[in-house]
Amino acid sequence: MLESLLFLIMGLITIVCALCVVFQKNPIYSAIFLIQTMVSLAVLYVLLHAQFIAAIQVMVYAGAIMVLFIFVIMLLNLSKEDVEGGRDKLFFQKPSAIILGFILVVMIGTVTLKTVSQGIKDEYTPEIISQIGNTQLVGKMLFTKYVFPFEIASILLFAAIIGAIVLVKKRIIEDEKV
Amino acid sequence: MIPLTWYLILSGILFSIGAVGVLIRRNAIVIFMCIELMLNAVNLAFITFSRQLNSMDGQIFVFFIMTVAAAEAAVGLAIIVAIYRNKATVNVDDINLMKW
Amino acid sequence: MTYFFGCSYLDLIGYVLLFPLAGTVINGFLGKKLSKSIVGIIGCTAIGLAFILSLFVFIDLLQLAPEHRVFEKNYFTWIGSGSFEAIAGLQADPLSVVMILMVSGVGFLIHVYSVGYMLDDDGFYRYFTYLNLFTFSMLLLVLANNFLLMFIGWEGVGLCSYLLIGYWFEKKSASSAGMKAFIVNRVGDFGFILAIMLIFVTFNTIDFTEVFHAAPEHLQMGGFIATMITLLLFVGAIGKSAQIPLYTWLPDAMEGPTPVSALIHAATMVTAGVYMVVRCNVLYTLAPFSLTVVAVIGGVTALFAATIGLAQNDIKRVLAYSTVSQIGYMFLACGIGAYVTGIFHLLTHSFFKALLFLGAGSVIHGLGGEQDMRKMGGLKKYMPTTYKTFLIGTLAIAGIPPFAGFFSKDEILLEAFSKGSILFWGLGAFAALLTAFYMFRLLFMTFCGKSNMSKHAEAHVHESPMIILIPLLVLAFLSILGGFMGFPTASAINSFLAPVIGGGHHGTVDGGSLHHVSAGMMFSMMGISTGIAIAGIFIAYLMYIKNPDLPAKLVGKFKLIYTIIYNKYYVDEIYDATIVKPTVKSSFILWRIVDVRIIDGFVNAIARIVELKGEVLKLFQTGYVRNYALSILLGGVIIIVCSLILL
Repeated sequence: MLESLLFLIMGLITIVCALCVVFQKNPIYSAIFLIQTMVSLAVLYVLLHAQFIAAIQVMVYAGAIMVLFIFVIMLLNLSKEDVEGGRDKLFFQKPSAIILGFILVVMIGTVTLKTVSQGIKDEYTPEIISQIGNTQLVGKMLFTKYVFPFEIASILLFAAIIGAIVLVKKRIIEDEKV
Repeated sequence: MIPLTWYLILSGILFSIGAVGVLIRRNAIVIFMCIELMLNAVNLAFITFSRQLNSMDGQIFVFFIMTVAAAEAAVGLAIIVAIYRNKATVNVDDINLMKW
Repeated sequence: MTYFFGCSYLDLIGYVLLFPLAGTVINGFLGKKLSKSIVGIIGCTAIGLAFILSLFVFIDLLQLAPEHRVFEKNYFTWIGSGSFEAIAGLQADPLSVVMILMVSGVGFLIHVYSVGYMLDDDGFYRYFTYLNLFTFSMLLLVLANNFLLMFIGWEGVGLCSYLLIGYWFEKKSASSAGMKAFIVNRVGDFGFILAIMLIFVTFNTIDFTEVFHAAPEHLQMGGFIATMITLLLFVGAIGKSAQIPLYTWLPDAMEGPTPVSALIHAATMVTAGVYMVVRCNVLYTLAPFSLTVVAVIGGVTALFAATIGLAQNDIKRVLAYSTVSQIGYMFLACGIGAYVTGIFHLLTHSFFKALLFLGAGSVIHGLGGEQDMRKMGGLKKYMPTTYKTFLIGTLAIAGIPPFAGFFSKDEILLEAFSKGSILFWGLGAFAALLTAFYMFRLLFMTFCGKSNMSKHAEAHVHESPMIILIPLLVLAFLSILGGFMGFPTASAINSFLAPVIGGGHHGTVDGGSLHHVSAGMMFSMMGISTGIAIAGIFIAYLMYIKNPDLPAKLVGKFKLIYTIIYNKYYVDEIYDATIVKPTVKSSFILWRIVDVRIIDGFVNAIARIVELKGEVLKLFQTGYVRNYALSILLGGVIIIVCSLILL
């Protein structure tokens, strides 16, 4: 009972915050609301017995990525006109997007409710997870079954860092050789 | 025990909201944030399935999604900054050189 | 059999075609760089060699027995398409050998003449190229052993006629005359092609020997198919040989150089129709209706053209109408079944008509280009040789014995009287009277009487050089003696050509020898023909020598008739108004409206539609990323919805 209540509250908070992310004018406000969305999602992860992921969510997503976002927003230093953006030139975009989104929700809901999910059940029930320890299990998986994607991911991050630096670097203008 | 379909429906709602946000907002950074929202919705779905199937694969996948999201955010924001340097705007409507 | 390095001359028959063709190619490609004398030598040698070879072929053929005088040589299969097979093959039998002798012989004389006549012209090599090409086509026409190959030669001579008539193409009248000749010819050729198709459909072959062999069994006498085939073939002959109603091109064809008129429009091309009718005599005998048509058209044309010739003032026009008239005689002969007589007249006509044309050319050359007879006169003291040869030619065409024309024309009239009806004889006799009249009118106006020349012409008039006179002399000689090959009771040409008539080489068939008339009738007819000719000459003498004012008085009295005759019965004008102008007008409409507006418009419309679609699709490329994202989402939603509906 506690679980369903918790789920309801957290779910509601998530949805409301997501809507605010989309419909807020100020980007800083959108960022803040997104942080809140992520934190409430972390709670939901805990409900689903994925504690490690929840912690990672708060630390990496809410703690690092969103901070990066906020840094960039502040760095750009947009004025009021930039933020508002003036009149929308494509006036058919907003209504059709909302309609499409609505249709999408309905579709996903129909599919979810109609399907009977099947699949071979694996061995890691919540009891076993809590016995061994979530983090330990994740680590074990990462270094045995998923070691290849793990290494690739490190290269990916490396490439991202270099890419980001190169993109943002100012052009060095060489001094004229006299 | 909550029926896991609720989690999936919640994930679907979040995804749609993110999609609508991508289409409606004109500020490039906010569009980016909506994309992050969509990624989070997918994460929720993965965790739910991992719970349903008693497996760790879903959680590992979420791990990697987060990694990729981080890398993507870094590069994407770098691009936005570079565009802002060139065109002094983050309004996606102003970046329309491919217009006929 | 005489042999030439191991093969008989008959085997070498292909070379008769090859020599003129080689002359064409050499003169055509290299002529511009060679000197005029070399071009002339090449042209004349080509035909000369062809003539010598034809002579040897003739001798070889004589050594075969009369029933076996057919030699065929197939070179290669030209078209092999299903059951239709056209073979490039030549055949040498009496008829074709006689023709190639005439074509190459007279052709050679005319080539020599042309060297002298065209000496001052710039396009000398072009002239000889065309002339050699023409000779090649004509020889191909008479040597072919199937209808399609003959048709190639048929078309070839038509093409060369166009090229040579429009030789001085800078003159508008010359190029128009060339086009007129070609187009009117084409009308006839259309009938010819239909005939070939009909022959193939009926006999499943187009080879002469096979068709003529199968004809008596396949076709019924007087049946529809036989009549259609022969009539269509005759339509081709009408166009090529300038009979009514397709004769209008021949007088205009006089725009070409005079040797061209001599070769093409007197001796060879216009006789192709007669050759074709005689070649297909087996078919024509099976269609009596067509024979009647042939005879009627021939006879009417003979008279009709003779009447027009009475009033013309251009020396070449008179000769042109005379050609039309004489070919009418040949068709008249064929139409009443006297095929050999038709060929006989063809031969003698080639001699004296070529002589007359070449003589006229000599006159024109001597007067510096003057062709109007009213500005000539008294030339006999300035150009004696030309005068004498011309006189011989005129006597021949008028039908005075013992010149060539007498024997052939008399035989035609005799056959018309005995085999045909008295109506045909009447047409022929009256036309003979007119022929004698207008030919001597021409002679008197040009050579005798007082001179009407302009001062300039009179100062420069001269006899032509030897190279022009020698062919005249040779042809005059032939005009005198040529008739004896058809001497009535001992006719060499009759016996020579007899196997070709009737059942082919299955034995001699009566091809027109005069066994069915008594000697008395023969001699009385001869006397009547001679009398008619002399009467015509006498009237001309009266009008142009004795009483020079008589013509003017007669014209004054019969003004209306004279105007009609002088304007050629307005036939050209009628054709122009009824056929040419509507055709041109409808072509114009077809061009402006159907082609430009409808067809081009249709094609353009398709292009416009694509363009418009592009314009519409262009609107999807707005350049806004958000629109593209919207379309992505739209696509995704549609897929989900569709999969939901379908499952």
